[in-house]
Amino acid sequence: MSTKEKSWWIVAGVAIALYALSPIAWIVSLSFKAPSDLANGSFLPTVFSTENYGLILNGEASDLFLPALRNSFGICLIATFISCVLSMFAAYAIARLDFPGKKFILGTALAVAIFPVISIVTPLFNLWRQIGLYDTWPGLIIPYLSLTLPLSIWTMSAFFREIPWEMEQAAQVDGATTWQAFRKVIVPLAAPGVFTTAIIAFFIAWNDFVYGISLTSTGASRPVPAALGLFSGASQFEDPTGAIAAAAVIVTIPVVVLVLVFQRRIVAGLTNGAVKG
Amino acid sequence: MSTTTLPPAPKTEPVSKPKAFVSDRAKAERKLGWMLAGPALAVMLLVTAYPIAQAFYDSLFDYRLTDPENRSFTGLSNYLVILTDSLWWTAILVTAFITVVTVAVELVLGFALAMVMNKALKAIRPFLRAVILIPYAVITVVSAFAWQFAFDINTGFVNSWFAWIPGVGADTDWFGDTGTSLFVICLAEIWKTTPFISLLLLAGLAQVPEVLQEAAQVDGATWWQRMRRVTLPNMKAAIMVALLFRTLDAFRVFDSIFVMTAGANNTESVSFLAYRQTISRLEIGLGSAVSVLLFIVVVLIAFIFIKGFKVDLAQARGDG
Repeated sequence: MSTKEKSWWIVAGVAIALYALSPIAWIVSLSFKAPSDLANGSFLPTVFSTENYGLILNGEASDLFLPALRNSFGICLIATFISCVLSMFAAYAIARLDFPGKKFILGTALAVAIFPVISIVTPLFNLWRQIGLYDTWPGLIIPYLSLTLPLSIWTMSAFFREIPWEMEQAAQVDGATTWQAFRKVIVPLAAPGVFTTAIIAFFIAWNDFVYGISLTSTGASRPVPAALGLFSGASQFEDPTGAIAAAAVIVTIPVVVLVLVFQRRIVAGLTNGAVKG
Repeated sequence: MSTTTLPPAPKTEPVSKPKAFVSDRAKAERKLGWMLAGPALAVMLLVTAYPIAQAFYDSLFDYRLTDPENRSFTGLSNYLVILTDSLWWTAILVTAFITVVTVAVELVLGFALAMVMNKALKAIRPFLRAVILIPYAVITVVSAFAWQFAFDINTGFVNSWFAWIPGVGADTDWFGDTGTSLFVICLAEIWKTTPFISLLLLAGLAQVPEVLQEAAQVDGATWWQRMRRVTLPNMKAAIMVALLFRTLDAFRVFDSIFVMTAGANNTESVSFLAYRQTISRLEIGLGSAVSVLLFIVVVLIAFIFIKGFKVDLAQARGDG
């Protein structure tokens, strides 16, 4: 490859990096701006200030932010766990067993995935109020399953199809017990698929806004995106921009790190489920 | 679930012993299959089919949460109210506009990104893949805030950076009218979801046989000819699946609008309209009717894609 061609690739790479990173860089920069800097119209802060982080971590905005962070982690982890367990069984059946209705299950998963979320919110809002699930953790975990389950079923079935299941029998022929064959052979082969599915399902739950804002009303269950959305409306400070930016950085960085560490698997998971090679 | 939906076992006359044995085994396998997959299916139906049925029922009533005593059956009049209201049609137009613009731009941009990733130097490919995933990992609400703050008249840098563009100045209020608001909303949506589409297209690109490309090149086909005659036809399925998913996803647009404009200046989407009727105004009847209408539109779009464009869903389901 010629030097000229090489430099073109580098230009393209830099352009893509700028495209993907500049909004993140902007929100990080904004989060370190002092209040006096907020309206100066420049990209970078003139003085480096951690005031915004203080505001949301132990200042007056912490009452809104910290409970939301706890809710988000708890609710998303539980929803992810439930949908992973359910879809593990379903995906095993779909990948390994021959039974009628397989197509129906996958079709239902597809239909649920394209379902407009807001159409679920309206009836749930009313029902949850009547049965006391409004503004509780289960009140969000249950609808989150409609987001995480379909994707988990697809992704995991795609992963499970690739597992060489004959190895289980091979291990048994070699003298392993059924349990040993399962634990020593199948579990290590299936674990990456389950793990990847869990990460993707967690992202989807973590990203939810519609349910979070509609089915909660207090810090008892309000997740981070909803709390962020309400910062401006419900808070006492003059300009919530800096506080929102700092909170945004705190909830974004861990997920970005997670994505970078597991990028290869996530790409495989995202595309396997949708476009089977 | 597992037993009620079990179809009756086929009445195959056992011709010989081994076949009867297989049928028994198949029956057991069938049962196990439903036992394993049944709970997931039941949960999915419970969290979607039940609410939409409830929404349809609620939509037939004049029902406000603030005035529950006066709940009365009004048939389809909620639908009549909505369909004759300009709010609904504005919301449909706004939603359709955002969907068409973002999906079209994302398809072109996503394709370009996929091409670069597909052909990029081995050395920078992992880097590109990592970078491209970042917008996907950012919460939609955060992305909406980032773009809003960038364009904001007070806290933004866009006005001072792009003052050289005619019409942009220090006092340009991007969220002051419909067109510019929608422009920023579309930008944020495009930034956030292009990576997903480009990954789907990249997977499709990888399926185009290299030999076909080489053969066409040897035969003297230009880059454009190869693109049109070899690459695109071979990845039609991937493109259609990406299009279907993104179109339906874009049609549900809510988060960015909530954060950036809260529906001001005629930027309300259908989802936002349903939210406002139900959650803010507590009009359960009207809100349910909007939800049902949105659901019907989404089903129609999916139907058009699947029947009209013959999207191969076996591929979308990972069922290939």
